[in-house]
Amino acid sequence: MTITFAREEIQQTINMIHKENLDIRTITMGISLLDCSSDDIGKMEKKIYDKITKNAGRLVEVGEQISARYGIPIINKRVSVTPIAIAAAQMNVDEMVRIAKTLNRAAREIGINFVGGFSALVQKGFTSGDLALIDAIPQALSETEFVCSSVNIGTTKAGINMDAVLKMGNVILKSAQLTADNDGIAAAKLVVFCNAPEDNPFMAGAFHGVGEPDTVINVGVSGPGVVAKVVKKYPEADFSELSNLIKQTAFKITRMGELIARAASKALDVPFGIIDLSLAPTPAIGDSVAEILENMGLERCGTHGTTAALALLNDAVKKGGAMASSHVGGLSGAFIPVSEDAGMVRAVEEGALTLDKLEAMTCVCSVGLDMIALPGDVSAETVSAIIADEAAIGMINKKTTAVRVIPAIGKKAGDRVEFGGLLGGAPVIAVHPYSSKLFVHRGGRIPAPIISLTN
Amino acid sequence: MTMPREESNHAIITVIGRDQIGIIAWVSGRLAEYHVNILDISQTILNEFFTMIMVVDLEPSALKLDVLASALEQEGDDKGLQVKVQHEDIFKFMHRI
Repeated sequence: MTITFAREEIQQTINMIHKENLDIRTITMGISLLDCSSDDIGKMEKKIYDKITKNAGRLVEVGEQISARYGIPIINKRVSVTPIAIAAAQMNVDEMVRIAKTLNRAAREIGINFVGGFSALVQKGFTSGDLALIDAIPQALSETEFVCSSVNIGTTKAGINMDAVLKMGNVILKSAQLTADNDGIAAAKLVVFCNAPEDNPFMAGAFHGVGEPDTVINVGVSGPGVVAKVVKKYPEADFSELSNLIKQTAFKITRMGELIARAASKALDVPFGIIDLSLAPTPAIGDSVAEILENMGLERCGTHGTTAALALLNDAVKKGGAMASSHVGGLSGAFIPVSEDAGMVRAVEEGALTLDKLEAMTCVCSVGLDMIALPGDVSAETVSAIIADEAAIGMINKKTTAVRVIPAIGKKAGDRVEFGGLLGGAPVIAVHPYSSKLFVHRGGRIPAPIISLTN
Repeated sequence: MTMPREESNHAIITVIGRDQIGIIAWVSGRLAEYHVNILDISQTILNEFFTMIMVVDLEPSALKLDVLASALEQEGDDKGLQVKVQHEDIFKFMHRI
């Protein structure tokens, strides 16, 4: 028998993993909690705990075995659950907090990194469960370690629920205030969405949609470092060539995700859902989306041309990835979190990247304003107005947008916050000083746009 | 626990490091001890840098891939060599359609 692999191919795979930070970012098991409902909070807590620990009890072990077999790091093992506002719609605020703590206990027991789904979908209005859950978020996130929360406040089909937008500005501020000693870490576990996907494996926004099967395996791949290296290697390539090079790289990254997803699905006997093909940066040097953009020829991320560069990158990543897997879903695109990306952090520190430019960038890439530290004296209304702007971009462009901002209590623009680990640290970014108060207090809904009338 | 059953039990072993006498003898000696069958070897030296790629079959061996990997990696580390043992599917999936 002859070697069926070219030496260059083997070398390339090894380099991607060991020199360019290629990894599987997460294996996320979605678990439906729709069959865990009960009027009795004690019974419900038990049902939820049992269902998660029974179904995902081997998730970490299997993840580690697959990682060793293929020689590829699998960074996170996570669980997402049915939005708690739906699964526990009959509960009050205190009971919602108890459920968050139950999720936290189950996560600790099985050794996962995060559990997502302390969530509500309120794009058109609130149920009593939605209201209880939203009111419970600050306490739930500040008194748990592993629980992540998300609230969907708008969709292209339904418009934007501005009452929910106003509420979420307050919830974010309160979450940060309750964890002020830890630089507002609770707010880093909370995402406000427009057009939230129901099969996203990435935190903090993962939840298990009601259209999903009882359990499912979704895998998130990463690899900004690999793409940055390729872009750097071909400084002369024109945009057509550049796009092709990124497509080929994205294809290879996604194939690896597909392999791991199939292996995990088989080993756990849980159906395979989707591959989320996202360029998710980490604070590690060389694992940066900003670096890819700078390698394209921009002196600093955030300068003129950044939006165009990001648009090309995002599109090429999707085209390459879509060919490589039978089911691509979730968020799939380039993430531009600030604190988790050393290149973004530097760009903010040097004044090249502002909140307004980040907002423009979210028009052409995956998700939205992510892991951005705001001045501690920011008003809830200003946070709400930031959410409204971002949701409007998502609603009109039929894409997912999100806001995960962290008011840095007691700090001002230019100061630094540290979240640690994969969340990194970042300089506090300035917001506009002018008030949006009267606007966000109008209340009601921003109607769905004309493009929603597709039938 | 049972891992997904692939068609083959082939792995790719790569050894990278500064050239020294006896690298191949060491790897193949260990593999013989573990009853791992060598299917193919290719080796080059570029600027005193040694690179070896080996395709092996773990079927006759009682050893699991991850155990072989950590044994060789650790021993290689002591010799200043970077040794990786990975199931062949990762290369197949990445580069072949």
